[in-house]
Amino acid sequence: MLTLIEQIGIGAADLAAAFLFLYGLHRMSSPVTAPSGIFVAGIGMAVAVLASFLYAFGVGTAARLNLPVNIGLAVVALGLGGGAAWWSGRKVAMTAMPQMVAIYNGMGGGAAGAIAAVELFGNKTQGMTELIVTLLGAVIGAVSLSGSLIAWAKLDGVIDKPFRVKGQQACNALVMLATVAIGAYIVVGSADKAALLLAMPTTIYLFFGCALALGILMTLPIGGADMPVVISIFNAFTGLAVGLEGYVLQNPALMIAGMVVGAAGMLLTLLMAKAMNRSVSNVVFTNFGEAAKHKQGKIKGSLKPMQPGDAGIAMRYAASVIIVPGYGLAVSQGQGKLFEFVKVLQAGGVSVKFAIHPVAGRMPGQMDVLLAEAGVPYDLIVQMEDVNDQFANTDVALVIGANDVVNPAARTDKSSAIYGMPILNADQAKKVLVIKRGEGKGYAGIVNALFYAENCDMVYGDAQTVLIKMIEAVRGLNLPAVA
Amino acid sequence: MDFQISISGFVALYIFMLAAFAGWVIIGHVPAILHTPLMSGSNFVHGIVVVGGIYALLNASTVQEQVIGFFAVLLGAGNAAGGYAVTDRMLAMFKTSDHPATHTGHGKAARVKSIHAKKQ
Repeated sequence: MLTLIEQIGIGAADLAAAFLFLYGLHRMSSPVTAPSGIFVAGIGMAVAVLASFLYAFGVGTAARLNLPVNIGLAVVALGLGGGAAWWSGRKVAMTAMPQMVAIYNGMGGGAAGAIAAVELFGNKTQGMTELIVTLLGAVIGAVSLSGSLIAWAKLDGVIDKPFRVKGQQACNALVMLATVAIGAYIVVGSADKAALLLAMPTTIYLFFGCALALGILMTLPIGGADMPVVISIFNAFTGLAVGLEGYVLQNPALMIAGMVVGAAGMLLTLLMAKAMNRSVSNVVFTNFGEAAKHKQGKIKGSLKPMQPGDAGIAMRYAASVIIVPGYGLAVSQGQGKLFEFVKVLQAGGVSVKFAIHPVAGRMPGQMDVLLAEAGVPYDLIVQMEDVNDQFANTDVALVIGANDVVNPAARTDKSSAIYGMPILNADQAKKVLVIKRGEGKGYAGIVNALFYAENCDMVYGDAQTVLIKMIEAVRGLNLPAVA
Repeated sequence: MDFQISISGFVALYIFMLAAFAGWVIIGHVPAILHTPLMSGSNFVHGIVVVGGIYALLNASTVQEQVIGFFAVLLGAGNAAGGYAVTDRMLAMFKTSDHPATHTGHGKAARVKSIHAKKQ
């Protein structure tokens, strides 16, 4: 048992940590205070981790002999895990951020699952409620671990196609049922040892095996552009798992932090799903983006190619330009050149803004971060709901590597797969210029009517290369700068 | 006085309910432009699981428990440290037009104003 002093030490540290997490997240609600917000939360973490070593004074007799070794192991694990992750987090390219966050998230889920495993193998839970909560946290944590790893593989390009076979959903349902059944079996078996057919450790291994398989099978069929939803879900899952294991360990800091993140992840998940006009279950359980089976309304007009230089000069003579960046910009690493081009336009007195669709990129808000990295001030970046009625008064809408999020079929064509999805009204601008690698379709697998519209010209090529040509063409004009 | 923490049944549900509500409200106020750092920041927050890992490892009495506990701490520490590193890096990138290269108090009022204007 812990003495009074250690109880107070741990209790106070965890209380402080819970408060600092909430306060830190609260400070994240504005770009001005956000950097201090993460710092505040960091202090909370440091305090809680340091205080957790006070648990050493309260270990039971069974583990007393191991204590020096265990403390050493804990320090080594902290140093190794923390050091490697810190180093990778400092080095990773901003475009690779979604897969990095997926990895860190999977690690959290894995840690929650491992804690549950220690509790289960050591038979440490007391009573049925605690056992059920442990198992629940174990499943959610394990699903989050293996699912996040698959998400990482997809985002990193290791797996480059959604993996889909017939009867996949039935198979997933079976694995889920098996996991629940084994869980129930563990609960029954722990109350009545005679009811067990297999030895308890074997059953626990099976349980974790099924849970891990479930995470893999769930994530495999989901396509790349649905990743903002998937990452948010797994973030919420890990939060939930941590909260549940917090209850088992009787640690309110884990319960609060876990549940706050669980709720936050759920909110983000719903926001992302709403931005695609799809339900969360639709994203997770249906195979979106397969060859469009529905009839598509006839598209009038033709694709009109334009030279990059001409397009650049056209924008230089415009009064206002709104840029719609999409994932294609990130793929070609053209953010830096884009901002350079924007500065050239601004020097000529052109008013320039960026319009961001909520699901642009591979995780919520990824385009905002990429533009920020390139040096774009955030007051130039406008979100969809604030910018949509401005397109009609804008001379040029420049769409770069985005497709479905500017497809007017979402507003007009009821037979379209993306009908009802909120889109950026780029088509309402006086002139639309689209930088695109080729004539291919977007993620939804449907033709974009915007590209065929009267007021739209296509600039084909890699975004970065095209932008370089645009900059050269405008500079070549040798126009005087406008103050 | 007894400082032994004991949370059971409904008390746990109250804690979960209040925490979930707090999370929902706090995150609901974060503008879409910060959604990526927010996600990695909340990712960092659930790195607190490392504390549970340390508890499990310190109380490990068998080799099996030691091995699993070691991984719990390793993974939890990775979650926390990595989440912090990337969030901190990303947040340092957000700048305004008036004072592009600084994070000092200059022009803070103007920045705050422009954000509030955007919210409305």
